Amino acid sequence: MAELQTTGVPAIEVRKLCKSFGDNEVLKGIDFHVDQGEVVCVIGPSGSGKSTLLRCVNRLEEPTSGTIIVEGVDITDEDTDLDKVRTRIGMVFQQFNLFPHLTVLRNLTLAQIRAKKRGKAEAEEIARRNLDKVGLADKVDAFPAQLSGGQQQRVAIARALSMDPDMMLFDEPTSALDPELVGDVLDVMKQLARDGMTMMVVTHEMGFAREVGDRVVFMDGGIVVEQGKPDDVLGNPQHERTQSFLSKVL
Amino acid sequence: MRPSTRKRLFRGVLYAIFILAVAAVIFVADWEAIRTNFFNLDVAAEAFPTVVTEAAKNTVVYTVIAFIGGMIGGLILALMKLSPVGPYRWVATAYIELFRGLPALLVIFGFAFAVPIAFEWRPPGGSTGAGLIALIVVSSAYIAETIRAGIEAVPKGQVEAARSLGMRPSWTLVSVVLPQAFRIITPPLTNELVILIKDTSLLFIAGMALGDRELTTFARDTVSSQANSTPLVLAALLYLIITLPLTQLVAKLERHNKRGR
Repeated sequence: MAELQTTGVPAIEVRKLCKSFGDNEVLKGIDFHVDQGEVVCVIGPSGSGKSTLLRCVNRLEEPTSGTIIVEGVDITDEDTDLDKVRTRIGMVFQQFNLFPHLTVLRNLTLAQIRAKKRGKAEAEEIARRNLDKVGLADKVDAFPAQLSGGQQQRVAIARALSMDPDMMLFDEPTSALDPELVGDVLDVMKQLARDGMTMMVVTHEMGFAREVGDRVVFMDGGIVVEQGKPDDVLGNPQHERTQSFLSKVL
Repeated sequence: MRPSTRKRLFRGVLYAIFILAVAAVIFVADWEAIRTNFFNLDVAAEAFPTVVTEAAKNTVVYTVIAFIGGMIGGLILALMKLSPVGPYRWVATAYIELFRGLPALLVIFGFAFAVPIAFEWRPPGGSTGAGLIALIVVSSAYIAETIRAGIEAVPKGQVEAARSLGMRPSWTLVSVVLPQAFRIITPPLTNELVILIKDTSLLFIAGMALGDRELTTFARDTVSSQANSTPLVLAALLYLIITLPLTQLVAKLERHNKRGR
């Protein structure tokens, strides 16, 4: 497997991606890319296929057809070491998905030790550094159930960061949160973006998309309807479906 | 009649029936016969200490062996049943349905007599060993279904989170899925254990050597040698001493689980 790290290769490149669940065609030939260091926000009504697209990027969903290339490596190739690729792609879920039986610290060190073969001491140091980054250094010994939703999601972000990923995927990271907790999570994500992290964010937070996104992609009915700079897509949508969606959410 | 009066009257009738029933039992029962046949202190004294040092001990030892064996067999069967490879699933399903559908007594009988005769097989530990293997074979089937249910009760997002971090399926199973599955199934597993304690009594059909006897076999032997039923009561008390704390524990764990999630 070639280890291509040259700049200029897109972080994520998706070609003619199709995905069906039984008879239900969710993605209908998507062409999509995220450049290195770019923050791309994917918006669209529910059922538009945006989460499925994101989940295909690290193959949590098996594509029906099409190609997905991550940093030059075709991850739809059967011979690709998927586990190795996944250590470079951080993922944050709507439902946090922290491991409830482990402390915050163990949540952050488990995959470092198991998948990255790091020593315990090194893994814990990295974990503490990332917890500090999300403002939860004092929660190392807490269990997930003792934390608020916002705190859990920040721990989940720190857990993904502890693998030193080259890019981060966010699947509606604030949708399951109480409104007053959304801000803390978005602040962490903004800081990540400022630090130059490559990010693909499926979100309903239009303010975040406008402020942080380099590009906004609007999806509907399993296709990319419109994309461009946030101010253009959100402020002056060209397509009728985009206009109708934005008129409902803005 | 007013509803409140009717309610009070009905309650009064229930109490009256209860008191009459208790009185009937007290007057009709032959207390002397009950005392000499079931609560004979001389017979009880004779049964000590063997009833504890041999019989109760063996019951516990057999239960532990059968449970540990059943857990190992059950885990293997549960993983086979969840396997993406069809034949593994079919074999596991057939095994589970077969041994859950048969009386444990029949299986013990088969392992203790039929199999050794047919294949000239000398089971380790004699007929007791054969009976224990049969108990493991049967409990594996029940425990497999419990473990499978536990694994399936772990939210899918847990596996996705672990896999998205690059963890291999085997590590995901060991460090993420199984710990949570076993936490979920601790109450039903403890129930399984209580059932197993009682099922060790079925080993009596295997025919056990003197030092191998568990509570029920011991009680039965002593009942016939003493022509008195006190050993049965003694065995019953010892069973309760072992099982009651466990059933209480199950109830406590279930309350705890309800609060925890």
